[in-house]
Amino acid sequence: MDFDDTAEEARFRAEVRRFLDAHATPRLRADAAPRVGEPEAERLRKAKAWQARKAEAGYAGITWPKEWGGLGGTPIQQVIYNQEEAGYAVPKGVFEIGLGMCIPTMFAYATPQQLQRHVAPALRGEEIWCQLFSEPAAGSDLAGLRTRAERDGDAWVINGQKIWTSGAQFSDFGIIVTRTDPTVPKHAGLTMFFLDMRTPGIEIRPIHQMSGASNFNEVFFTDVRVPDAQRLGEVGQGWKVALTTLMNERLAVGEVHRPDAEDLLDFCRGLPADGGPALADPAVRERIADWYVKAEGVKYTRFRTITALSRGQTPGPEASVARIVNAAMLQEIASFAMDVAGMAGSVTDPALAPGQGLFQQAFLNAPGQRIAGGTSEILRNIIAERVLGLPGDIRPDKDVPFNAMRQGSR
Amino acid sequence: MNFEFSEDVLALRDQARRLLRERSSLRLARQALEGDAADAAGLWREIARLGWLGAAVPEEYGGAGLGYEALCVIAEELGRELAPVPFSSSVVLATEALLLMGSEAQKQTWLPRLADGSVIGTLALAEGPGRIGRAMIAADFAAGELRGSKWPVPDAAEAGIAIVIARDAAGRILPCLVELASPGVTRQPLETVDGSRGQARVVFDGVTAEPLGSVEDGWEKVLSLLDRAAILTAFEQIGGASACLQMATDFARERHAFGRPIGSYQAIKHKLADIFIANELARSNAYFGALTLSSSTGDLPLAAAAARISAIDAYALASRENIQTHGGMGFTWEADCHLFYRRAKLLALGLGSAPYWKERLVARLERRNLG
Repeated sequence: MDFDDTAEEARFRAEVRRFLDAHATPRLRADAAPRVGEPEAERLRKAKAWQARKAEAGYAGITWPKEWGGLGGTPIQQVIYNQEEAGYAVPKGVFEIGLGMCIPTMFAYATPQQLQRHVAPALRGEEIWCQLFSEPAAGSDLAGLRTRAERDGDAWVINGQKIWTSGAQFSDFGIIVTRTDPTVPKHAGLTMFFLDMRTPGIEIRPIHQMSGASNFNEVFFTDVRVPDAQRLGEVGQGWKVALTTLMNERLAVGEVHRPDAEDLLDFCRGLPADGGPALADPAVRERIADWYVKAEGVKYTRFRTITALSRGQTPGPEASVARIVNAAMLQEIASFAMDVAGMAGSVTDPALAPGQGLFQQAFLNAPGQRIAGGTSEILRNIIAERVLGLPGDIRPDKDVPFNAMRQGSR
Repeated sequence: MNFEFSEDVLALRDQARRLLRERSSLRLARQALEGDAADAAGLWREIARLGWLGAAVPEEYGGAGLGYEALCVIAEELGRELAPVPFSSSVVLATEALLLMGSEAQKQTWLPRLADGSVIGTLALAEGPGRIGRAMIAADFAAGELRGSKWPVPDAAEAGIAIVIARDAAGRILPCLVELASPGVTRQPLETVDGSRGQARVVFDGVTAEPLGSVEDGWEKVLSLLDRAAILTAFEQIGGASACLQMATDFARERHAFGRPIGSYQAIKHKLADIFIANELARSNAYFGALTLSSSTGDLPLAAAAARISAIDAYALASRENIQTHGGMGFTWEADCHLFYRRAKLLALGLGSAPYWKERLVARLERRNLG
């Protein structure tokens, strides 16, 4: 047992480090606060510049085939790159969905000509992709989506609404799953397409989140025409194609959540509590211990996953474990830190708030972490059914034509 | 990244799992709980013959020299099958104490006998209720003789030797080696929540004892011994917690209510998923503990506390929710659920309970993060 790289992994890590040292600045643990207030255009410009540099060095598509500008590398090399990059202050959050989910789906279903046209610009960060899956009445139950695509000659006409689409406002292309046949049971009537986000009839509105930020959008489709040539997979096979997309999501390495137990410890060290620091309070110490132990457990669970990847095995459900634990813990830590701050815990003004308002910000953000990308409840179902082998729930909609079933609030 | 046991160690684990199942270890635990420990003694002799007791003892002292990883997987399997044997006392505590603190002569004398199972050892630390700390030690060592009372002492009735934590006139903490057959030793068995494992009150009335190794203050070494034991015990706890999850899952697949398996209800699914999560976190922390034990990676006290706290949590959750999943059946004497529930609590208390370990963890973290 050890944390050592194989000789080959070590060589790759050293190359990555040389690249990052030459082109990026290291990030300190103290820089926990996300930068706010930077204009989106400026953020995009920096992200695109960084992506172009990564693509030039081959790190933009580490596991992609060389013929498509990738490195032809292994999942473990992707993990190593991510580990190293996490130590540097580089832009994030613009290309992950396109390169992690959309383009891999294109690899599986698009024509060589389409790949020729789309892969390289995506890789170099010149074009951004989004994923149009969730709908107001189809979140956890994605296959219950209602956005219609109807055949019209050699094109399809799309009408409906998508929601929770990250980055739609600056995306150039998107992949969309639609209902093409409402007369068959829900999974059987879906079809997937890719489309230009500037096609007439697409309207994008930002969602104002409870945290005050807007990271997602609603996307409305009114008579949007998409050529049949942009269909991904067969008509009626959209669910299978969507699973390909979502499968790629599972390989994404879990983000480290801040503030964490150690941030809380530092916070409580400097906070007065009846004659001593809050950190001297046994109740505070016990909670810090609990959260530290959980965070360590998540960290070493990820190391076990990486070991499986390193041995060429397919990782299991560990990503679900990390997401369930991290999301709940973030919410608890944020709330607890505010309690420790007493009456001033409510203050969010960064100039006055203890801890620069970091915990208050996390408190308002954390509810979304328990929902985005699969609710904690759905993730628990996945663990119960796929890992423990418990029977699936009863599905009253299983054999019912889509247009005959109850769904959403209807 | 190579954060998994070696192939050899995994093979040993599988062998241990098969053997304990063939020997109906779980049935032996029930017999021991009901007062019949005869077959358990046979199991102990068999695992001694297989070399498990000396797995981590260097070959020069009669062990197999396989290292701590081997000990970890053996502990996990013993925990999974609730083996009613004094492994945790003799191997995890007494053997480790000798390796950590014993003089060369003491190691030469006792390690081979502990490794071949001809002598059982234990650790006598607690002196009644209270949190682990220097202040709890009142047992008095003076002029080669020991006076005091220790309880509970695990497996004291069967043990040939005990490492007794005492203090001398100068207030130094001295771990002493005592042969329990010596004149002046009285052993009184105690009833506990888990009668499948023996516990006793041991009174020392002017008993001949020798300090382990040197006569410098040994408190830090005692704490270090507990750290090491915490990691090995975490594997025993994870074995038990995994068995509980398996039992609950099997039952939830078979048991029908309202026309469908109870495992198809989310109330049960989410409960069992939470147990799975707690077990995974505990296993990962224990793995890091194992790595810390057998290499210079990591901070031992921090790794040990994390492994212990999450193993206590996981086993407590798994053992109580296993009963709950079984419903009324789980509350009967005949169902095996309570055997795990009892053992989970016994192991949670044995090396000091969660509050002690949480405080040790935060104190350590506090110092580290100042640096």
